[in-house]
Amino acid sequence: MMRVKSSAIVMTIYLLFLLVPIYWLVNMSFKTNAEITGAFTLFPHELTLRNYAVILTDPSWYMGYVNSLIYVVMNTVISITVALPAAYAFSRYSFMGDKHLFFWLLTNRMSPPAVFALPFFQLYSSVGLFDTHIAVALAHCLFNVPLAVWILEGFMRGVPKEIDETAYIDGYGFGRFFIKIFMPLIASGIGVAAFFCFMFSWVELLLSRTLTSVNAKPIAATMTRTVSASGMDWGVLAAAGVLTIIPGALVIYFVRNYIAKGFALGRV
Amino acid sequence: MDKTVNNKAWFLVLPVLVLVAFSAVIPLMTVVNYSVNDTFGNNQFFWAGLEWFEEMVTSSRLHDALGRQVLFSAIILAIEVPLGIFIALNMPKKGFWASLCLVLMALPLLIPFNVVGTIWQIFGRVDIGLLGRGLAAIGIDYNYTNDAMDAWITVIVMDVWHWTSLVALLCYAGLQSIAQAYYQAARIDQASRWAVFRYIELPKMQGVLLIAVLLRFMDSFMIYTEPFVVTGGGPGNSTTFLSIDLVKMAVGQFDLGPAAAFSIMYFLVILLVSWVFYTVMTNLDKAEGQ
Repeated sequence: MMRVKSSAIVMTIYLLFLLVPIYWLVNMSFKTNAEITGAFTLFPHELTLRNYAVILTDPSWYMGYVNSLIYVVMNTVISITVALPAAYAFSRYSFMGDKHLFFWLLTNRMSPPAVFALPFFQLYSSVGLFDTHIAVALAHCLFNVPLAVWILEGFMRGVPKEIDETAYIDGYGFGRFFIKIFMPLIASGIGVAAFFCFMFSWVELLLSRTLTSVNAKPIAATMTRTVSASGMDWGVLAAAGVLTIIPGALVIYFVRNYIAKGFALGRV
Repeated sequence: MDKTVNNKAWFLVLPVLVLVAFSAVIPLMTVVNYSVNDTFGNNQFFWAGLEWFEEMVTSSRLHDALGRQVLFSAIILAIEVPLGIFIALNMPKKGFWASLCLVLMALPLLIPFNVVGTIWQIFGRVDIGLLGRGLAAIGIDYNYTNDAMDAWITVIVMDVWHWTSLVALLCYAGLQSIAQAYYQAARIDQASRWAVFRYIELPKMQGVLLIAVLLRFMDSFMIYTEPFVVTGGGPGNSTTFLSIDLVKMAVGQFDLGPAAAFSIMYFLVILLVSWVFYTVMTNLDKAEGQ
């Protein structure tokens, strides 16, 4: 009985530590600027929705969310599509240079985005993709494709090879087998990989900010600019922050049953 | 699992190769190109050989940034890994509370990096932040914009807040895979809590822990946005980590040559450490397979 109690205390403290800063952000997003800077209050005394109204009525603000969502979804689709066959190859066959290739792919996950920011800018400018959603989606493939291959490979290894062989004997071609039989078997793996791609593309700022100026500007970049331009509009800043948390929270809610397995990348 | 030898598998990998080549190899070659050339603008380049590398290897600016970076990553790993294991051990095993903990813990992971910075900036400010106000109220002199030590503490606490959950969730996944029979056997043997942890739980978590350490090392070594938003690398240069310094050099001052040489050395350091982790990891996989 004592152990149960102590672990509950530990978890409560940890969750409080996680939630108090978020609470402070939410709290601030409902306050007027006068209250934020003038009085120190633990909860908003004059509840206001002005900060949210500013964001939801101004296209330069809410288009940031639309842009972010567009390139994140594009990136997730591209990453998973190319990673599926590659992960299958790594999990089923050994071929010349496979181990080196796998490590080389992983090194791209390790390369600091700061190293790539400037060359990316020049590359995409020269091919005319600068300030488009696809440019950011492709740039984020740099770290998401290797990760997706890594996760999917872990899940595919758990599927016995006899299934492939039986299907081939039954006369399935590779394409039909892969889509009809194999993909449903690793559906949870695909979900987890998509979750991770979404997550890392959604939270990244350095590359998406470098590669966009107006038309594809992500919400995160809109926020940084407005901070410096309008000085002290803390309320709007906080409201924008709260709105960036919502898509992530929704995604977590939908995959909550796979999170535990997913975080082990199929390797337990 | 035995794998069939089949070189045609290269065709399945081809799409990934093309894509990654476009988004990684071409930019990387551009960096290599800059690192050995000097430019006065207008796209005119002059061969500079290894000059930039020599300059960077001996520059105290790089040494300081590297020193701060190594210290930062070491502190992060030293705090987050044990804390993550500890949290994972204390998490409820199943039911409503387990789901609730999972969802709440995953929340910080999906907040954009600069919003994490914003949250802590607002939270820590002496004039409007709960933390800043609270510390001032109990008589602690805390101001992360003026004091280097306070800035460091803020950045580290922020990273612990942001990423400990990742380590905890990974360990939790490892713990979930342990069959009840092991615990029952341990109870029959009257094993102590420590012995259960040391000989049952820890070995089972080994694989996922390595992934956790690898991810945390890589990401903390590349950290850019969060400290940039909170402290802007200051006060002075006290929280200027490698990435911040690099962006300052490349985009701010447009010193392409030195910045490129810097990039390559930076990349090589990460590559070296990650290679060591990766080798250990694949050897573990093999040992388990046998």
